[in-house]
Amino acid sequence: MKQFFAFVRKEFYHIWRDKRTMFILLGMPVVQIVIFGFALTNEVKNANIAILDNSKDAATASLIAELNASRYFALEKNLVTYKEVEEEFKKGKIKLAIVFPQHFGEDLQHFNKAQLQVIADAADPNTANQLTNYATAIINDYQDRITNERKLPYTINTEMRMLYNPQLKGAFNFVPGVMAMVLLLVCTMMTAITIVKEKEMGTMEVMLVSPMRPQLVVFAKAVPYLLLSTVNITSILLLSVFVLEVPINGSLALLGFESILFTLVSLSLGLLISSGAASQQTAMFISLVALFLPTVMLSGFMFPVENMPLPLRIVSNIVPAKWFYSIVKSVMIKGVGLEVIWKETLILGGMMTFFLTMAIKRFKIRLA
Amino acid sequence: MTNDKVITANNLTKKFGDFTAVDHISFDVHKGEIFGFLGANGAGKTTAMRMLCGLSLPTSGEATVAGYDVYKENEKIKKSIGYMSQKFSLYEDLTVKENIQFYGGIYHMTDKFIKEKTATILNQLHLQKEANTLVRSLPLGWKQKLAFSVALFHEPGIVFLDEPTGGVDPVTRREFWNMIYEAADSGTTIFVTTHYMDEAEYCSRVSIMVDGRIEALDAPGQLKKTYGAASMDEVFLKLARKAVRTAD
Repeated sequence: MKQFFAFVRKEFYHIWRDKRTMFILLGMPVVQIVIFGFALTNEVKNANIAILDNSKDAATASLIAELNASRYFALEKNLVTYKEVEEEFKKGKIKLAIVFPQHFGEDLQHFNKAQLQVIADAADPNTANQLTNYATAIINDYQDRITNERKLPYTINTEMRMLYNPQLKGAFNFVPGVMAMVLLLVCTMMTAITIVKEKEMGTMEVMLVSPMRPQLVVFAKAVPYLLLSTVNITSILLLSVFVLEVPINGSLALLGFESILFTLVSLSLGLLISSGAASQQTAMFISLVALFLPTVMLSGFMFPVENMPLPLRIVSNIVPAKWFYSIVKSVMIKGVGLEVIWKETLILGGMMTFFLTMAIKRFKIRLA
Repeated sequence: MTNDKVITANNLTKKFGDFTAVDHISFDVHKGEIFGFLGANGAGKTTAMRMLCGLSLPTSGEATVAGYDVYKENEKIKKSIGYMSQKFSLYEDLTVKENIQFYGGIYHMTDKFIKEKTATILNQLHLQKEANTLVRSLPLGWKQKLAFSVALFHEPGIVFLDEPTGGVDPVTRREFWNMIYEAADSGTTIFVTTHYMDEAEYCSRVSIMVDGRIEALDAPGQLKKTYGAASMDEVFLKLARKAVRTAD
């Protein structure tokens, strides 16, 4: 035990002496949460729109007022000719244009039917889609109101409910994602690098000549990063609850347990990488390419896994972050308990055992 | 000189695939001896040393270190030997004191022993003022001397030094060898590899490896006589020219 503590203390010295890296490790989750929370949101707010109103009556006026009042749109320009529409799009000033034909109000009054055109800049298809949806919703609202006034006999009112996230906040999605990313980066990459560093420096040789058991070296390397990750998990959760107002609906203890489980998976992966990599660059490269990219792309955090072709869906199952992401979402947002996520938990546990066994086995072989 | 053999090797061999790095070497090292292990780059010195330290398993042959078998008892061997590697083996981002304490810790020493021994080492090396300096900022010569002291920290019977004076200035090398003599006088056996032929003259006995085999093994004076050479340098060149393998 004394050997173990001497080793762990040394590891803390390493981390503590390298202040820059330490601040990156502790500051990264904070910065990521803040960036994702305030800058990188996929909600569109205050998109500039232009309006070509060929009718200029009470109906168009109130519709325009409603569009402008919503937080999604800001009226940039009133256009006069149809030709201007494309010019404005080309200048890149507007994201959406709405064209009212002549006699819009009259048609509505007399024929109970009127047309208008919504034109979006689909160079960015996602934004275009969202904006047209918002615009349609606002127009439908208006339509509902005037229909109700006239009391038509048959109407179907669709009431939509967005479960668990009624405001459709992006934060609900990326907090679990950022957690998976940060833990993976801190644990896997840093443990892999720190062990390979000892190999490169030649200190590992001295360690292997000493009576210290190799397994102990491996575990002692992991301890400081486990602690560092606990700090990171705490700061991410605190930030998301108090700054981004993402609730923790499930049990905090369960969330903590699952996070530590995922940390252990990442640590064992790091140890496994370190047993195969000969230089710090290799360790870093493997961690980044083989882990970080799949985590971002295949965990469901950025792109929904359900929409991917079958081979990718199968591959996504070996990405540990996929399971963790699903666990965190279930516990944090939906508030479910272990009875729902036991399968994911078991998979993570299995992955940890597998990686750790492999790592220790390969570490021993290097000795002989 | 019968029962004081601390290292024995008998037809010790290590193969990496088709390549025989160490080819049936046999020798004995006696207690308190300074045993010089010479050879050109790629002659197999480091591989041989690694087998004796328990870092690498021999392909065939027998060897004992401190009376323990290298195949079965390498855990016991590890407790009885000190090791200083070719590369600098201290932690640059730890202070002098922290390095010493760390090695004390992994060798299972008691706190009291670590404390006393740390003071002794700092005293010997005149490093009291630098106790809390990061090792990174020490001159290379001091680092090497510190690494040697650390290798001797747990008072092992045998210490293996793999090119301990590479890149060190002549004055520091001299001081380093004084430390080696002191350690040998107090009964520690020294097993040292080197490229410097003047250092070979300081050894009690010298073995010269060529292409994985030991070509010569004797006291430096005796070797010079046998090969009719004026210096160890000449002896070494005569033998090393026979090498077929190119240096790595």
